[in-house]
Amino acid sequence: MSTATLAELIIHAASKAWENDGELLATGITPLPRLAASLAKTTLNPALMITDGECWFAEEPVPPGPRGDRAVRIEGWAPYARTFENLWSGKRHAMVAPVQLDRFGQTNISVIGDHARPRAQMLGARGFPGNTLHHPNSYFFPAHTRRALVPGEVDFVCSVGYNPARWPGGVQPRCLDLRMIVTNLCVLDFGGDRHAIRLVSLHPGVPLAEVLDNTGFDLAVPEGPIPATPVPSAETLAEIARLDPNNIRATILKNNPPAVREI
Amino acid sequence: MKPPPLDKRMTMEAIVGQLRDGMTLGIGGWATRRKPMALVRAIVRAGLKDLTLVAPYGGPDVGMLAAAGAIRKLTFAFVSLDHIPIEPHFKTARQAGLPVWEFDEGMAHWALRAGAMRLPFLPTRVGLATDIARQPGFASIRSPFADAEELLAVPAIRLDAALLHVHRSDEKGNTLVFSPDLFFDDLIARAADRVFITAEKLVATAALDMVANARFNPFERSVVTGVAEAPFGAHPTSASPDYEIDLSHLKTYAAAADTEAGWADYRTRFVEIDQSAYVDAIGGADRLRALPKPVY
Repeated sequence: MSTATLAELIIHAASKAWENDGELLATGITPLPRLAASLAKTTLNPALMITDGECWFAEEPVPPGPRGDRAVRIEGWAPYARTFENLWSGKRHAMVAPVQLDRFGQTNISVIGDHARPRAQMLGARGFPGNTLHHPNSYFFPAHTRRALVPGEVDFVCSVGYNPARWPGGVQPRCLDLRMIVTNLCVLDFGGDRHAIRLVSLHPGVPLAEVLDNTGFDLAVPEGPIPATPVPSAETLAEIARLDPNNIRATILKNNPPAVREI
Repeated sequence: MKPPPLDKRMTMEAIVGQLRDGMTLGIGGWATRRKPMALVRAIVRAGLKDLTLVAPYGGPDVGMLAAAGAIRKLTFAFVSLDHIPIEPHFKTARQAGLPVWEFDEGMAHWALRAGAMRLPFLPTRVGLATDIARQPGFASIRSPFADAEELLAVPAIRLDAALLHVHRSDEKGNTLVFSPDLFFDDLIARAADRVFITAEKLVATAALDMVANARFNPFERSVVTGVAEAPFGAHPTSASPDYEIDLSHLKTYAAAADTEAGWADYRTRFVEIDQSAYVDAIGGADRLRALPKPVY
């Protein structure tokens, strides 16, 4: 029986998002996507560029949290203006953690409720609109519920999705490229009919019905048995531990559950 | 025409005296980094109101002006204290209906660039197919070339005045920003009719060592209207490498937002005092210089 945690299984599954990206900037926002980008760089695709979370390109992944006397080895400069120059070129793949996502893959981090007088004001759209029109994007949800994966459309469309009703002249934006959704229950992609969101794998011990019940829209479910998301090997777990010496990954999911759900 | 004075030194109070209710003001910096907070506090003390605030990359500057009821409308792409993701005063103001014009971050700098270039708009894809583009004030435009692509026209933003914080300035407004990131301070300045700057230190022109420091010089002096010396003028945001973000003060600031009495108390202790008393109130210069680098 593996000692892996669900957080580690998610990091491992999410790392695959950057496997075939070649030389571009891998951005992971919030700790698990960030550790996934780190793991992708050290195990799958060393050509990836990563930042220190501020304005430098780092030669090797920077551990989340305190790093004591350990200096970050810097290889390049990533000031704010260059972030946009780079992302407009398409040489970036971001995995971010929106508050809401809908069946088109549109996401929201701005407001819950009416934009004029929101029930809950969050960050604002940040760079989500531009990101999704220029480079590949993937998403992470720590709590897969109908409040996160919502029916209808998200309350305020910050990032673009496969919704022809919103495309200019009905033409799909040329660089729109949504890749992967990783949640605490499963892995999804956009491989269904006309980019419908499709179930790829269930985390070990998670029943299909639980995913369907907690998703506010219909998922494309392939015929036959659904694969289980792979549990990371001992070697991968050791590498994740090296990348996250402060064990920040243990603090993200409620009660830090094991990778294989106890039934 | 009488030549304008080259000695642009002013007090912060004199700078705020040049501002009026109802103006469109732009603020430089980014969330918790190099915000002209001493000027923001001076604006709160002066009781300016009905401001159209353009703070695309907002932090406690937006929060404090919102708490003071100074904002009529906010143009922004995000407002955050970064380590504390949601700016509490901004959240409260928005949930009470503060009007906004929301941008994408990249789109906002396009609007400032159009303003800086004295163009009516710049075209972009950014914002298309989102609810950003459905707000009033944007329009679509078709490429006149063979591609005929439908694009979003981002209108120019022009500012009555811009407020920035830098590390060094001489009396003429030749400035240096030593931080590793200028953000879009140069565009905010160029989009403004008048630019007021606070500097950690005012120095003689020769002391700028401009040839060695050329890459830290954001714009030519003709951009600058007035400069005031304000040591620790970005606090509680950072002016790295001189000092870092004061996270413990930001926590105090955020916690004070929970109640009306909390904000009133914060305002008495940290806003209704001049900048030298402020430096004492937050623990003195030595404490600020020793603040640790933040981790992300």
